Amino acid sequence: MSDTITVDARGLSCPQPVVETKKVMNAQAGGTIVVLVDTVTSRENVSRLGRNQGWDVSTEDLPDGEFRVVLNKS
Amino acid sequence: MVDEKRAGIFTLDFITPVVDDPFTFGQIAAANALSDVFAMGGRPLVALNIVGFPVNCEPLEVLTQILKGGQDRVNAAGALLAGGHSVEDGEPKYGLAVYGEVPVDRIWKVTGARPGDSLVLTKPLGTGLVITAFQAEMDEPGEMDAAVDSMCSLNDLPVKLPEELLKAVHACTDVTGFGLAGHLLDMLSDAGIGATLFPDQIPILPGALAKADLGLIPAGSYRNRELYSPRMEGLEKISSAMTDLLFDAQTSGGLLLGVASEVSGEFVEACRNAGFAFAGEIGSFTEGPARIRL
Repeated sequence: MSDTITVDARGLSCPQPVVETKKVMNAQAGGTIVVLVDTVTSRENVSRLGRNQGWDVSTEDLPDGEFRVVLNKS
Repeated sequence: MVDEKRAGIFTLDFITPVVDDPFTFGQIAAANALSDVFAMGGRPLVALNIVGFPVNCEPLEVLTQILKGGQDRVNAAGALLAGGHSVEDGEPKYGLAVYGEVPVDRIWKVTGARPGDSLVLTKPLGTGLVITAFQAEMDEPGEMDAAVDSMCSLNDLPVKLPEELLKAVHACTDVTGFGLAGHLLDMLSDAGIGATLFPDQIPILPGALAKADLGLIPAGSYRNRELYSPRMEGLEKISSAMTDLLFDAQTSGGLLLGVASEVSGEFVEACRNAGFAFAGEIGSFTEGPARIRL
């Protein structure tokens, strides 16, 4: 449960980052999922998905216009 | 002006595929292109195909089906498909150049709505959200079918409603890429007019709000929100999914009309009887400023 899974969704266009994140959510009911994205749209969409599915969401700006979305659920 | 009674309308529109089925894509692209004539109150008379197609990557049957879909909608609009032109292209593109005519004494323009007019929308919102969910394979059975039905249906109010109701329209546009918010703000670009929306009255495609909550929001809708939300008041009163819906970029969306309030009930009923089952009064025009209030 405490495993961290990283989803590298950089370079993927909408809605693929949401699809990839949802697949991981379906496979594990909790823990930490780190999603790397490179558009504001993807950052917002993955955050929306996370909150809707009951995960705590935090986001962090990375260099070069990339973002890290961290999803936590105990 | 064609003569003292008729004005000519000549428009062009084409899109890239929003669905997998080529016949359906042809129908949607044609309905979308024909809408530009209907939105001015006109009747389309002649259309020409505009096609980009990857001849080496896709079987020609796909192109045939796209064109058949287009022909189907042009026929349904009562217009004549008179030919067209195609080029080789990396991905399919399809649309129409359309010529139509409208009586000069009732040309519908984007601006011209008056304070007190009712705001009427003829199709449900949410095609951007439902298409995105379909592309993600996260749609529920029936949801995409409802969106496709809506996108294929013609905005042919000007040929279906009686003349006295058509004359009660003070302004009209069709809802497409800028979403309801963007196109409504466009209607407010005359000085001294604002609009109030009734969120509970806005027709919505099945499943669209749930898709917004799942983060299935197309990039264009985020751009719309950034552009248009500074000219809106009261967004905090509605859910975030409902907000997304107001900015959702539509493909082949409905007509958005400013209608004299004395006949708006009759107008909506006539729309529903003419097959626009979702038509409704979703707000009203007010004295300025040029903002949308909720």
